[in-house]
Amino acid sequence: MIHSLFLINHAGDIFLEKHWKSVISRSVCDYFFEAKEKAVEPENVPPVLQTPHHYLISIYRDKLFFLSVVQTEVPPLFVIEFLHRVADTIQDYFGECSESLINDNVVTVYELLEEMLDNGFPLATESNVLKEMIRPPTILRSVVNTLTGSSNVGDKLPTGQLSSIPWRRAGVKYTNNEAYFDVIEEIDAIVDKSGTTVFAEIQGVIEASVRLTGMPDLSMTFMNPSLLDDVSFHPCVRFKRWESERALSFIPPDGNFTLMNYHVSSQNLVTIPVYVKQNICFFETGPCGRLDITIGPKQTMGKTVEALMVTIHMPKAVLSANLTATQGNYSYDLTTKVLVWDIGKLNSQKLPNLRGSLSLQSGAPKPEDNPSLNIDLKIQQVAISGLKVSRLEMNGEKYKPFKGVKYLTKAGNFQVRT
Amino acid sequence: MCSSLRHDDLKEMLDSNKDSLKLEAMKRIVAMIARGKNASDLFPAVVKNVACKNIEVKKLVYVYLVRYAEEQQDLALLSISTFQRGLKDPNQLIRASALRVLSSIRVTIIVPIMMLAIKEAASDMSPYVRKTAAHAIPKLYSLDPEQKDQLIEVIEKLLADKTTLVAGSVVMAFEEVCPERIELIHKNYRKLCNLLIDVEEWGQVVIINMLTRYARTQFLNPNMNESFLEEGSDKTFYGSDEDSDEEEEDKDKKAEAPMVKRKPYVMDPDHRLLLRNTKPLLQSRNAAVVMAVAQLYFHLAPKAEIGVIAKALVRLLRSHSEVQYVVLQNVATMSIKRRGMFEPYLKSFYIRSTDPTQIKILKLEVLTNLANETNISTILREFQTYIKSMDKDFVAATIQAIGRCATNIGEVRDTCLNGLVQLLSNRDELVVAESVVVIKKLLQMQPEKHSDIIKHMAKLTDNIQVPMARASILWLIGEYCEHVPKIAPDVLRKMAKSFTNEEDIVKLQIINLAAKLYLTNSKQTKLLTQYVLNLAKYDQNYDIRDRARFIRQLIVPTEKSGALSKYAKKLFLAIKPAPVLESPFKDRDHFQLGSLSHLLNAKAGGYQELPDWPEAAPDPCVRNVEVPEWTKCSSREKRKEKKVDKPFYSDSDGESGPTESADSESDSASGSESGSGLEESGSGSESEESEEGSESEEEVEKDKKKKKKIELKKPVQVSESEQSSEEEVRKHERKNKLRKSVSESESDDEEESKSESSQSESEDSESEAEVKKKKKAAETKPPPKPVKKECKKEKKEMSLLDLDDFEPTPSPQATPLNSFLSSSLVNDLEGLSLSDAVLSPAAISPCSALKSYELLHRITGDGLCVEYCFSRQPFPPDANMVSVQMQFTNNATSDTKNLHMEDVKLQSGMRVNEFTEIELLPAGETASAVMGIDFCDSTQAANFQLCTHRRKFFVSIQPPVGELMRPVFLTENEFKKEQGQLMGMNEISEKLTLDVKCRNEHAIVQRVITAANLSRVPCGSDKECRFGGRTVTSGSLVLATVSSREDGAAQLTVNCEKMVIGTMLVKDILLALTQ
Repeated sequence: MIHSLFLINHAGDIFLEKHWKSVISRSVCDYFFEAKEKAVEPENVPPVLQTPHHYLISIYRDKLFFLSVVQTEVPPLFVIEFLHRVADTIQDYFGECSESLINDNVVTVYELLEEMLDNGFPLATESNVLKEMIRPPTILRSVVNTLTGSSNVGDKLPTGQLSSIPWRRAGVKYTNNEAYFDVIEEIDAIVDKSGTTVFAEIQGVIEASVRLTGMPDLSMTFMNPSLLDDVSFHPCVRFKRWESERALSFIPPDGNFTLMNYHVSSQNLVTIPVYVKQNICFFETGPCGRLDITIGPKQTMGKTVEALMVTIHMPKAVLSANLTATQGNYSYDLTTKVLVWDIGKLNSQKLPNLRGSLSLQSGAPKPEDNPSLNIDLKIQQVAISGLKVSRLEMNGEKYKPFKGVKYLTKAGNFQVRT
Repeated sequence: MCSSLRHDDLKEMLDSNKDSLKLEAMKRIVAMIARGKNASDLFPAVVKNVACKNIEVKKLVYVYLVRYAEEQQDLALLSISTFQRGLKDPNQLIRASALRVLSSIRVTIIVPIMMLAIKEAASDMSPYVRKTAAHAIPKLYSLDPEQKDQLIEVIEKLLADKTTLVAGSVVMAFEEVCPERIELIHKNYRKLCNLLIDVEEWGQVVIINMLTRYARTQFLNPNMNESFLEEGSDKTFYGSDEDSDEEEEDKDKKAEAPMVKRKPYVMDPDHRLLLRNTKPLLQSRNAAVVMAVAQLYFHLAPKAEIGVIAKALVRLLRSHSEVQYVVLQNVATMSIKRRGMFEPYLKSFYIRSTDPTQIKILKLEVLTNLANETNISTILREFQTYIKSMDKDFVAATIQAIGRCATNIGEVRDTCLNGLVQLLSNRDELVVAESVVVIKKLLQMQPEKHSDIIKHMAKLTDNIQVPMARASILWLIGEYCEHVPKIAPDVLRKMAKSFTNEEDIVKLQIINLAAKLYLTNSKQTKLLTQYVLNLAKYDQNYDIRDRARFIRQLIVPTEKSGALSKYAKKLFLAIKPAPVLESPFKDRDHFQLGSLSHLLNAKAGGYQELPDWPEAAPDPCVRNVEVPEWTKCSSREKRKEKKVDKPFYSDSDGESGPTESADSESDSASGSESGSGLEESGSGSESEESEEGSESEEEVEKDKKKKKKIELKKPVQVSESEQSSEEEVRKHERKNKLRKSVSESESDDEEESKSESSQSESEDSESEAEVKKKKKAAETKPPPKPVKKECKKEKKEMSLLDLDDFEPTPSPQATPLNSFLSSSLVNDLEGLSLSDAVLSPAAISPCSALKSYELLHRITGDGLCVEYCFSRQPFPPDANMVSVQMQFTNNATSDTKNLHMEDVKLQSGMRVNEFTEIELLPAGETASAVMGIDFCDSTQAANFQLCTHRRKFFVSIQPPVGELMRPVFLTENEFKKEQGQLMGMNEISEKLTLDVKCRNEHAIVQRVITAANLSRVPCGSDKECRFGGRTVTSGSLVLATVSSREDGAAQLTVNCEKMVIGTMLVKDILLALTQ
């Protein structure tokens, strides 16, 4: 299946290679570099490339390319999903997935890759299994290891590897037992010039942070499960229970994980928390344009809208912006042509406004297109769909855990066309 | 120079005898490998360390070895023996990694060794090692394809494996080595379907893809009668052109084979099973799994059911952009065939300015495929905003999409055309160029109506520079020169002027234009044409020179020019069919969706064609399996039920987890319900039931519940039911507690009350289990299988014969004093009954002489003397505890008051149930009490203080290993089977010489049973005595065999999952038999 993996940085240097079968020369990456050159933007490099003898499947994450080489038929998503899992694991181990961190921990990364695939087929991808085999580096451990000469490598088969719940290791112990859940909903919307909603939907995710001793068996019920239209679960969730009772019943992995993703059924009208009045125009005569944006609350369910931010990708011809904001700060990046207006809290008494002039490159024709506005916002303590967790129970262990559910609404892909 | 110096230093470190230095060196070397630097010259220095004790060094050496062994084959051979040793290691991780490395060394010479290792590992008791064996198969195959036949045998064997751990890996091996041997799947098909949900996600993908292919060869097309049966409804659901075409084809086929078509279609239950068992996986978090299920449904499901996958696929569009890219490609293909499926999600494909271009273009493709009369207006409005985008490639694609919508949907053709014409005045040249190309195609459909558009376009030649657009305009003018008779020659004049500067594609069209004009309007254009042809004659491009020569011959009449020139006009100005603007994704579904080949639209190496449905279904009986094990639900399924969560607990007891053998695992996962009886009986009634099971899972589940309850009621089958009832008891306790804390628990409905009732029942029966055992056995009950029946009969006879006479009437509380008193009787009895050839083991075990130990001597205890013994009775309050019978004798002159225990000090995991306080023990009197200790299957002592009203005594109870188990009922077959599972490091045998007094069978049995709380297992040979039991806490099986010879030599074999217990037990029994 997966033959080799190359990690390539933004500049196009290969800084790590791993082969699970015989060695493939790194010159195979030249085809990739060619495509990368052609694509201009790294996001536009085709994830699957065909070369005379190999197929190259790559992902772009955290400014790094994970490029895998395969020789025979394999479902491309299989490889892509695996590569993302590699990136996730690296992030999980070292806090972030960056070239310098990988270079600092090159041996650990290499060992991880060795464990994750055998002959190109995934062997252990669950983070808790890996962590039992190769312990993540901590300062304390590295000190202890240098003193005692003990190793970072486990000599026993991780318990998860054999059990029917590979995501949880045995013998978890905490002094403070706690289970926290964040219900985070994102509004994806396209609002057109006149302010009417072209398309809107709510995507939600339940992120969990569970630190419980032993083998707790949790079950979570919702006040209004009928809101949930489409769901996907962490493997720990028992699907039958969901089908029959609309309750999430699971033995959680230890630590942080995504319990569930969901889509709110499209029958429900999506509440759009803010409205945007905008006017961006470029004049035919003279190298300038005008910009005027006002944001106001629409349906906020009685909560304050926070962390409001507007991002605009300006046309190439816009040289600079001379604007005044009644609230918050704005910045205009000359190289990327991105205008960012960081507003902060939305004050419904005094609506934030940004207005001023844009200067264009002299001689350039008036830009044909009007840029669209990307809105970012947060509303604490509410899930915009109205989803509510009604109960969280724990079976299987005797102690009383701390439990908590937090709600948060964010803007996902919230776009206002102009 | 520098590098070799550095390497010298590494070599030195590797040669040192300090592990830390070696480790440091290996880390540096591996870092070199990771960065792609050559470290091959260090091979000899590194390979020396292959047997290093430090596990981290060893691992890194393995990494190195795998990387360079191919280059240094001779040296690599030096390491082989280490791995061969590793293959026999008692630690399964070491066995597995030895096999992993051995099979990864690509050295042809060791092929036979690898083959042997794989074969051996394939029957290893650890499923992890078997998984590794499955992984090794393709490695060996790629090294030496000659081994194929032997490897297929191994694959066949591993395919029959029942553990989820192995399933994915072996199917992977199957796909790489022998995907054509589809018949190997038959017997395993149902098992794979049922295990699927529990297999790890990567395995799921491989299995689903393989099963898709399998189903295509074995089942009938579920849609074959579709057009025949539901023509009308079909139209409304999927009113696409393609579909009606398809129907047309279908009808044609129908005419050819009316017999087949008429037959009402009935879906094979196995086909249904596959569809049903894969559907929950649409909810997987893994995009590859979702895609695999989606393609399975697309290729296998009846039309009406395919819709479910759309939602899941749309969900994936929220994922990483690479995932979107692949999913959209597949959606594009699907949306051509099954437009209706995605129509409700139209808006999910709307494009955002932040999408990468390649995603935008794919979304556009899908939107275009989804366009029909009803939604075209919204789609066109959407397209209109796209045209304003800054992303020019995307704009160009949008224009093409508009063109396609216009050709496909007649109603909007004019609107689209007008819109495109407006774009001709766009400032961006690319937009204009693309529009020209698209307009050209549209105009070809109705040229006569649009001569003004052609005129407009003719004017564009002055400004537009994009070659393709220029070429298109020229072609249009040439083709429709009659419509623009005045302009055409003028255009040609301009073009002739700029001919030498044009691109090739434009030059060709200039020649074409000239030729056409010459034929229609030779008066005005003759000279121009000659001029152009002359220019072309000396062009650098041979195509253009060829074309010029060819056209000159054709159109300019000369003497030599033959008959062809007469037809020149017909040739050039023939009516040309309008181009059909088609999706590039049309017909891509002949590749299996989700595959690399589909994505590339080209067959990738190793791609397995998706076969066409068979005309008539092959015999479904091939999938029948004698043992209907697939009726057992898999562990994941079970996890979904609240009350049956046994696998968790059996898995969670750390130690035993990894050493569990394959079957004990699968048994512990599913055995608790179905019992061992099911497995061996392949009788008709069972298989009938299984047939039903395939129809409805619920039924099976209910069935299982029933079975479970039944078993709970018969404690005779101690092994399985006791364990599960223990679980129940624990569960019960827990639930009760929950009840208290959570006042209203709505979800616990009747199901629970049911289980509760059975629990209470089981609790009762447990408390008296030992005593009642014989009685219960006598009760009539339909036994699950004949073998058991026999056993029971025997037992019944036994109990009628003797035990009932001797045993006191069963009392709910186990009164250990009774067994003290009766032990001598029982011993006598044993002597009687043992002469019988076949024994009921349950009858013997509790009766063996009990050895008592001193807890407190009367001197140290101020006259209080305490003795204890292991009464071998179950301890009713907690089945995981060993019950300890204590006898207090007050030898002092005064009374002792308030005898109780305090300050219990235990190793972690151990628990104690204290005996009830004895308030008064008069002088000279004796009292007894029972306490329970959960030793956690270890021989660690339980320390506590024994307190009287005057003093405290530190005492400790340490169990002999033989008391940590309780007897279990096994038949000879079961014994053999279990023993087979507990080979290798779980088997310990010792040779011994029997004590002189212990040369007969009776004595051996007695001694063994005294040493360990085991029960005898019937055995055909009288030279062999077998015993079975389970450890009290974890319920791990303990099997002991003593085979003796005439001369007193004997061999003792103990098989136990827990090696420590096994070793200690061997010592104890050895001692008992030799002294």
